[in-house]
Amino acid sequence: MRHGMANRKLGRTSAHRAALFRNQLASLIDKERIITTLPKAKELRPQIERLVTLGKNDSLHNRRQAERVVGEDTLIAKLFTTLGPRFNERPGGYTRIIKLGARRGDAAEMAILEFVGYEPKIEEAPAEEKGGGKKAAPKKEAAEETEAAAEAKPKKKAAPKKAASAKKPAKAAAPKKKARTPGTKRGQ
Amino acid sequence: MPNPKRRHSKARTRSRRAHDFLKQKSMSVCPQCHEPKMPHRVCPKCGYYKGREVIAVKDIL
Ligand SMILES: [Zn+2]
Repeated sequence: MRHGMANRKLGRTSAHRAALFRNQLASLIDKERIITTLPKAKELRPQIERLVTLGKNDSLHNRRQAERVVGEDTLIAKLFTTLGPRFNERPGGYTRIIKLGARRGDAAEMAILEFVGYEPKIEEAPAEEKGGGKKAAPKKEAAEETEAAAEAKPKKKAAPKKAASAKKPAKAAAPKKKARTPGTKRGQ
Repeated sequence: MPNPKRRHSKARTRSRRAHDFLKQKSMSVCPQCHEPKMPHRVCPKCGYYKGREVIAVKDIL
């Protein structure tokens, strides 16, 4: 009986699995959004949430606890100086999983794992409206609630950012799948 | 070793297989572009989910 066996093995040895999670957690802290398979995203979510919760309280002990999982100094710094304060008001639930559907090739269900408030930077035909890249977390939450809100809000921030983001899409016409340019297309 | 005594008729085989078919996936309609899409998933046509563009369509593999 497989009662009380909480975690997926993902077809890996424990060392392989730990290495995978280290890498993915580092990428997630760095890029704030990763695309992976749904089971991996589901395994990763509690781990990253635990790290962010550590990041809310900057102490030597907490830093060492985080360093056990993520080895890179810059990422630890980001965790404690950027992500921790950003989610200070949020009692958990810092990330969301968005399902993408089956991957071509092996039909694995794919998913986006991203921090709440992540603004996707989508480069396409220059959009009519562009939203700002970084906003405060609660504001972004509100923006997602309704499409109407999403359309209304970016207008304030649109003007200054538009100039900056307009140049970029051409340059990054064919980047890798994770590379994105600043400038966000919002509701049409 | 036990062996079959009689060969199954074509009708018997085919009757058994009558229920072996693929079911149509139940699809929902994308509120953004009105294309059919899988429920609870990003629309593969326009990259929208819950009223915002979450991903560029070319990034959906
Ligand atoms: Zn759509």
